[in-house]
Amino acid sequence: MKGRFSAFGLLRRGVTGKAWPRQFAHHDVQPSYDVVIIGGGVHGLATAYYLAKNHGITNVAVIEKSYIGGGGSGRNTAIVRSNYLTPEGSRFYQRSLELYERLSEDLNFNVLFEQRGHMTLAHDDASLRSMRWRTEVNKFEGIDSEVIDPHQVKKLAPFIDVTTRPRYPILGALWHPPGGIVRHDAVVWGYARGASALGVHIHQKTEVVGIDVAADRVTGVETTAGPIATPIVVNCTAGWASLVAGMAGVRLPIVTRPLQAAVTEPVRPFLHPVVVSGSLHVYVSQTARGELVFGASVDPFSSYSTRGSLEFATGLAQHVLALMPSLKEMRVLRQWAGLCDLTPDFAPIIGVTPVEGFVLDVGWGTYGFKAGPVAGEMVARLVATGKVPELIQSFGLDRFDRGELLGERAAAAVGH
Amino acid sequence: MLLIVCPHCGPRNDTEFTYHQGEPTVRPMPDATPSVWRRYLYEEANEADWVNELWFHGMGCRRFLHIERHTVSNEIRVVRDVADA
Repeated sequence: MKGRFSAFGLLRRGVTGKAWPRQFAHHDVQPSYDVVIIGGGVHGLATAYYLAKNHGITNVAVIEKSYIGGGGSGRNTAIVRSNYLTPEGSRFYQRSLELYERLSEDLNFNVLFEQRGHMTLAHDDASLRSMRWRTEVNKFEGIDSEVIDPHQVKKLAPFIDVTTRPRYPILGALWHPPGGIVRHDAVVWGYARGASALGVHIHQKTEVVGIDVAADRVTGVETTAGPIATPIVVNCTAGWASLVAGMAGVRLPIVTRPLQAAVTEPVRPFLHPVVVSGSLHVYVSQTARGELVFGASVDPFSSYSTRGSLEFATGLAQHVLALMPSLKEMRVLRQWAGLCDLTPDFAPIIGVTPVEGFVLDVGWGTYGFKAGPVAGEMVARLVATGKVPELIQSFGLDRFDRGELLGERAAAAVGH
Repeated sequence: MLLIVCPHCGPRNDTEFTYHQGEPTVRPMPDATPSVWRRYLYEEANEADWVNELWFHGMGCRRFLHIERHTVSNEIRVVRDVADA
């Protein structure tokens, strides 16, 4: 956290062999903070960073029960895009994309954002129709998005089988050039480093075990490192969001389901864009190291278990080979699972709750990583000003009372 | 992967079954308030604990089964036909 990273600094360290200093500080847990953020992932750390940077609120603690970036932030498939279906969603994720574009510069930490383009394949007329709908919404919001034909698909990703097949023929694709992949761990570390340099305390291996509420107001949190008094608690957890909210007496419309992903051995670069097939429940990208990263849809029953299954591996192989038969000799290096907090409308829940001072940034289902920067920015603004920013007004918990669900399901995840 | 010991078919892979629903809830009366409907429609318990569930053995005996499962470990301790109360 001392000094800035630069090419000269890298050269100097390389020549002298001097070890890099620790990039974020360790502090003892203080008896009180202005804001306590539960969850040290992209969302929690981004919220802390923007609170300090944009609003000058630095007496902030991020409480993480394990290590930073060990939950959803370290288990996602690192894809960023903004071609959502609803105007509210498109606008929101577009802002996140813009923040990601400037993030390396802003944090002075290379997050390796590669805008390789994001391609969603259409295997039937219904998909193609909904893609045309999406492009029109996207274009209206100023987002670069278009429907392309199979020849263009072949040109952009030559390894995809676009021949006429009875099953899963490729009729076209939704093409989103600004989409791409980011080094997810770097985003976590960059935000942690930036927030720590501005005075935020990051407490790892510290678990919140209770939230103190008196007369419908938050007064503090109970942690494994002792009690902390605070007027504002932000729930930035994934997987355990409904359990944490339950500590404050707030019920959430969330079910937790694991989503499995896998990575292959590294090979030479051959796949430039991110390729998604909703019908085949798969999305694939090639990392800078040459590994293919595959993600799937969520498991068919709710669970907090992050164990992988053989069904997933075999199903994934079948689906990937239907798209790219030439990968049949590739070997899977490892597979893992992350926990997804699914909401009924596949949109997040951000905003205030009936308990004053208890703020939500949860329900991130399968789309939390790409929204990290904008969610952090908006939640920080909400905490600092006490007003819900316009960009997130449709994402409040009260939408379920009014029946104003967002209907982002078709564009938010695969397998529907 | 879950191994579910069906009372009719013996130990079977979970892919033969369909997860039907979690803890059963009672449908509100038509004149219930929006918040009651919200609780019924959307707010599942989502517990990290032992839960009672309804599964359907579609690729086996085609019977609905009552299953007690721990949602953190995925351990299953009770499987019985819903008809056997």
